Amino acid sequence: MSIDYQRLSFEYRPCREQSAQDMHSGAAQPAYPVIVVGAGPVGLATAIDLAQQGVPVVLVDDDCSLSTGSRAICFSKRSLDIFDRLGCGQRMVDKGISWNVGKVFLKDELVYSFNLQPEAGHHRPAFINLQQYYVEGFLLERAQQMPNIEIRWKSKVVGVEQSGTPGTCDAAVTLTVDTPDGQYALRGRYVVAADGSRSPIRNLMGLDSKGVTFKDRFLIADVKMEADFPTERWFWFDPPFHPNQSVLLHRQPDNVWRIDFQLGWDADPVLEKTPERVIPRVRALLGPDAKFELEWVSVYTFSCLRMERFRHGNVLFAGDSAHGVSPFGARGANSGVQDAENLAWKLAMVLEGKASDALLDTYASEREFAADENIRNSTRSTDFITPKSPVSRVFRDAVLKLARHHPFARQLANSGRLSVPAVLSGSPLNTPDSNSFEGAMVPGAACVDAPVQAAREPAWLLAHLGQQFTGVLFCGEDGIDAQTEGALNRLLTGAIPMKLVVVACGEAPAPAIADAKIVRDVEGVASARYDAQPGTFYLIRPDQHVCARWRRLDASAVENALKRALCVEGTA
Amino acid sequence: MALNTQPNLARPDDFYEALIDMHRDLDDARSQSANAQLILLLANHIGDHATLLEAIRLAREGVADPATQGGEIHPLAA
Repeated sequence: MSIDYQRLSFEYRPCREQSAQDMHSGAAQPAYPVIVVGAGPVGLATAIDLAQQGVPVVLVDDDCSLSTGSRAICFSKRSLDIFDRLGCGQRMVDKGISWNVGKVFLKDELVYSFNLQPEAGHHRPAFINLQQYYVEGFLLERAQQMPNIEIRWKSKVVGVEQSGTPGTCDAAVTLTVDTPDGQYALRGRYVVAADGSRSPIRNLMGLDSKGVTFKDRFLIADVKMEADFPTERWFWFDPPFHPNQSVLLHRQPDNVWRIDFQLGWDADPVLEKTPERVIPRVRALLGPDAKFELEWVSVYTFSCLRMERFRHGNVLFAGDSAHGVSPFGARGANSGVQDAENLAWKLAMVLEGKASDALLDTYASEREFAADENIRNSTRSTDFITPKSPVSRVFRDAVLKLARHHPFARQLANSGRLSVPAVLSGSPLNTPDSNSFEGAMVPGAACVDAPVQAAREPAWLLAHLGQQFTGVLFCGEDGIDAQTEGALNRLLTGAIPMKLVVVACGEAPAPAIADAKIVRDVEGVASARYDAQPGTFYLIRPDQHVCARWRRLDASAVENALKRALCVEGTA
Repeated sequence: MALNTQPNLARPDDFYEALIDMHRDLDDARSQSANAQLILLLANHIGDHATLLEAIRLAREGVADPATQGGEIHPLAA
């Protein structure tokens, strides 16, 4: 019954522009609001998010199939929170392998163990492992449910031309799309280039992505086997079965295990991919009698790089086209999904005329900042795993030697700092705190989850936040006063669509506010994680990042914060 | 916490002797490893990031940059 997502093939169909252009070649055609290029995880997530915001999308892809090979396998809690909002998180978690614990070994001795989610009270685990083709398959099936997404397979972008005055409504992009039936012109107001690390659009525009390529080679061997390793991320430095190099072991669904062997720069990438070379390496780890099949083999090198700017006119780069990292830390696909989420609501607001075009500049600035953080973490991990100089190697080995006996050194052992969302604390969209707050939910932070009750059933706070601007009012035993109620009604009928969540305390009677979603903080976890007191009000962005917060609701302050978050003039 | 570069060692000569003694009978690779472990142990004990950066800066300045060394004149004290 299960679908083999790697084998699926999607049919090319001629589109309406092709037949129209036969007759009126060169005639100006209306521009689609957004064209997304690339049906990988980032392009699909962007398309779904836009469609959920009511923006029709044309999604073009040069191929007609999903990911070949497992490729990205680690999807972070933040990605799952986003997939939940996109309507396919549960499928990912049901199929995926949930994990929170990582272990680091030196030779065959455990030196360090970390738990990425030590506290309870989160809907989603720190990570799931799930082959990229499942992630793409589930996203695609979600996209196919949406009438306002049109997917065009075997449609390769071979030309990009921008026209009109930048920043105005007449600015647009014309793509030349090559198909089995020849070329046609496709016009969009905005183009999202989610077309991967070798981004044809980036090349067509004469742009590049710059950075550092690391002189090391790694072998991925995904093997199918019955094994009883725990569901944890295991990383060895200098193990007896693969001396002087590192090895990573990770479990995937369908009894597939990811084994990642460091090979060194001198390894022959063609030879090392052959079963004659791979099987003995796997056998050295699993033992001489192990029964396994090779599922997917790949030899790779990697670079940490990014484009200088993610926005070029009305073309916005997202995911691997904009930035690249090493795989240690799972910061590639996860950061791309966060790019998608950051971009989708901004495009929707600009297209609806509720935000100025300058809001899209903050897509670039926020995600460039996040890319730098990911590259910094990824580079540090890589420098530890693949020391670049003899003295760097001496310190690396010294850390590992000390880590056996001295707890302090374990925090220096770096086998990958795993993906967490960047805190966009310097974003121009934030309204700085005017009251005093403690804790992690600073303006710019991605909201954390908390267990709540909704309609007397167990529920999760995050499920109620985002998609549009969300006001979250924490309310004490006394309910809310008339002044606060007046402010809420003013916000709910304002020019910017906003929804309201009231977090009521314990069993106290719920305040009666029409159009508000009431959740109950029965365990007090939500109030603790948001450092909330009765009357505390959070303004949350559509992408579930904190925009502003106050100890007491003031409608004018919220309206100003909204204007700031939409790059609209007229802040009082 | 500023890096203290004023005399602070309880027993300076004994410390120095112990430091050199640490390397006795070690080949170069082991000596380097011992030095690196010692630096890491001491760094953790200090903990304060600004203090560590100050020490790193002074140590780096203490090693003349090969690019600028040739042009500098180091007059011997008369």
